Amino acid sequence: MQALAVALTLVAMIVATIFLTVAKVWWFAPLASNWGSLDTLIVITFAVTGLALVGVNLFIAYSVYYHRARKGRKAVFFVDNPRLEWGLIAATTVGIVVLLGPGLYYYAQLLRPPQNHMVVEVLTQQWLWSYRYPGKDGILGPASIKRFTPANQFGLDTQAQASQDDVPVLGGPLTLPVGQPVLLRMRSNDVLHSFYVPQFRVKWDIVPGMVTELWFTPTKTGEFQVICAELCGVGHYSMVGKVVVMEPAAFQKWLSERPTVAQIFGPSPKAQR
Amino acid sequence: MAHHSPGYHDHYVGPEPRSWWTRYVFCQDHKVIGIQYALTALFVGAVGMVLSWGMRLQLGFPGEFSFIDPSRYYQAVTQHGMIMVIYLLTAFLLGTFGNLLIPLMLGARDMAFPFVNMLSYWVYLLSVLVLLASFFVPGGPTGGGWTLYPPQTMLKGTPGSDLGIVLMLVSLILFIIGFTMGGLNYVTTVLQLRTKGMTLMRMPLAVWGIFVATILALLAFPALFVGCVMMLLDRLAGSSFFIPTIVQFGQLQPHEGGSPLLFQHLFWYFGHPEVYIVILPAMGVISEIIAVHARKPIFGYPMMVLSILVIGALSFVVWAHHMYTSGMNPYFGFLFAVTTLIVAIPSAVKVFNWVLTLWRGNIHLTTPMLFAIGFLNTFLIGGLTGLFLGNVVLDFPLQDTYFVVAHFHMVMGVAAIVAIFAGIYHWFPKVTGRMMNETQGKIHFWVTFVGTYAIFLPMHYIGLTGVPRRYYDFNNLQFVPESVHSLERFVTVVALIVGAAQLLFAYNLVHSIFWGKRSGQNPWQAATLEWVAPTPAPHGNWGAVPPPVVYRWPYDYSVPGEAEDFIPQTRPTLQTQAAGGGGGE
Repeated sequence: MQALAVALTLVAMIVATIFLTVAKVWWFAPLASNWGSLDTLIVITFAVTGLALVGVNLFIAYSVYYHRARKGRKAVFFVDNPRLEWGLIAATTVGIVVLLGPGLYYYAQLLRPPQNHMVVEVLTQQWLWSYRYPGKDGILGPASIKRFTPANQFGLDTQAQASQDDVPVLGGPLTLPVGQPVLLRMRSNDVLHSFYVPQFRVKWDIVPGMVTELWFTPTKTGEFQVICAELCGVGHYSMVGKVVVMEPAAFQKWLSERPTVAQIFGPSPKAQR
Repeated sequence: MAHHSPGYHDHYVGPEPRSWWTRYVFCQDHKVIGIQYALTALFVGAVGMVLSWGMRLQLGFPGEFSFIDPSRYYQAVTQHGMIMVIYLLTAFLLGTFGNLLIPLMLGARDMAFPFVNMLSYWVYLLSVLVLLASFFVPGGPTGGGWTLYPPQTMLKGTPGSDLGIVLMLVSLILFIIGFTMGGLNYVTTVLQLRTKGMTLMRMPLAVWGIFVATILALLAFPALFVGCVMMLLDRLAGSSFFIPTIVQFGQLQPHEGGSPLLFQHLFWYFGHPEVYIVILPAMGVISEIIAVHARKPIFGYPMMVLSILVIGALSFVVWAHHMYTSGMNPYFGFLFAVTTLIVAIPSAVKVFNWVLTLWRGNIHLTTPMLFAIGFLNTFLIGGLTGLFLGNVVLDFPLQDTYFVVAHFHMVMGVAAIVAIFAGIYHWFPKVTGRMMNETQGKIHFWVTFVGTYAIFLPMHYIGLTGVPRRYYDFNNLQFVPESVHSLERFVTVVALIVGAAQLLFAYNLVHSIFWGKRSGQNPWQAATLEWVAPTPAPHGNWGAVPPPVVYRWPYDYSVPGEAEDFIPQTRPTLQTQAAGGGGGE
């Protein structure tokens, strides 16, 4: 009776797991970036691990029911079977290789942004997302936290030539052109944060004292949310920002309407010369 | 030589303590120390469980319980994690099982250094008291997450950044000191005090698991120790090990040049072996229980020992898989993904061998066996989801979502706690001479097992949708489907029911100590040495007679041609009888 209950419970758990996976009641948010490879890889991973999950649990269910203690029954004495053991090790190894192969291949892509990427700086602080665009020259001017003032939260060198046409956007939104690979260069003014847009799939931590990088290509226009994915204090759950992906022309128009560093802080003497 | 001469592996453990103080409080007897560890760990674990109810109430019914504000929520999250991982699981699996099982299973009279062993417990108790004290200081306990990532934990904007974090670090330092004293004892005892005939390859797998886990802990805890000391200096003495130049709330802080990633490396260099420090003893306990209750030798004993050793060795070269997205050099990801997934192979060996032990056995579904099967199931699903997270690139969508929460709760939360329950039900008669109530035990099992499954299985899928962990509420998140909110309520209700089942366990435990059915010396008909000792075992374990001599491995169950379906390790084999006895060395 009890053996049957255990066996049926295990089978019910297998059915529930398969249902939740195949029915996709809860699944990745609809993809909006180039990282569809991850959607493929997770299906592969579900398949490989699912095989092990179903196989082992069914075997447990079978054994618990058919080999339950009964009057006069004695267990079969066997202690070893190296051939079987090495066979199972080989099968596991095959499974691992099937997962690692595509996994490492896609990971290598994650580390190699395409040549034609644009750069956007991300600046985080408790509990706000801010951005800086490099402007027409395509170069972000030098910035250091040591120059921080409440008026200059990015710590910009407002005198530097490269800074003049930079476009700081305090508090967002992160605005991006669709179809254009973007490399985020991320800095934090205070504690750890993590840039995560579920529809873009990828995330990366932002660490005070260093610059971290992350690239992706938005593939859908629309509004998304960037959420902080690394505990950053009591306001962590409210550190949610807006991401707007628009057509390239609309993006250019939006960018040209934002004030540049020169317009905010006044042009530098060097730039006037 | 048939006669066993005293003095051979038989060390003197002093006279039996007479006074109440030296018997029950400041006692050097490994069995009493094991029970002290058990009671303290279970108590503090209950605190951790109550904290999880606070979290669940907020997540299931956001805003309806006004006493759970964001600060309290984060404090509950942090303390729940820390208490469960360190003060319950580590303390119980090593402190309790280590103390109770090592000497009894190896035929020793006590630990190698009983006085140090006693100190180990008292320092552990002190660390628990310091931890609990942090709940009563201004600002409360730290709410920086159980990983204590700097600089956040030390800064305003995080609850408990004044005194809470200081007490947390002091408590951890004390815990490590206490553990080191116990750990040196376990290793020395295993290596030096095995009885005659108890070769390493005749040790029960429980001892193997505890032994290797202790070595891991002795090598891993120092990394956390220095991390804690350095953070204390950062917090109190103005150093900058972990704090670079930062600005907070408009103010430039007086720090320069530190590295937050350094702490993460130190933390996870400890933190990953910690997973195996918890799970290897659990695996050992489960191996014993499956063999005994299936009345069948453990399948592939040499491979089981080898896989424990391989898992232990690999556990030191996988730590950075907790840091794939941390901002460390991303090329490390290739190496750590490979090493991490290789760990799956020895882990799979263990699962296969347990399952093959069940196969064609004579399975008695006692309460400990039910929990052992629960362990197989939860460890399996937790291990398999580890293949998602370990495969570096898939960690990028899943890291810091509820997928991770579900994964580690299955693999080292539920699996480890279920192993603890299995062990308690199995060895309770050894400790007290009485059985725990089977009916209550089975109710406890079914509610706990089905309940935790209902909690954590759907949680994986919530994580897939991108719901981040450590969020006080999800009100701001537009991508979270409405069904997730309903599910959160369901999970909260189930969590409270599972919690109630633990009260039944507590009742069963206390009631059975006094009124449980008498068990006799060997109620499970087990072959290992601890059941050869009188029950409950006296001071010195083996009474006036010399410790038992071991002639065979610990898993002679259902040997063909035998009337009984088990042969104790102390029964001479035919060869040794023919040769005139003597333990096979």
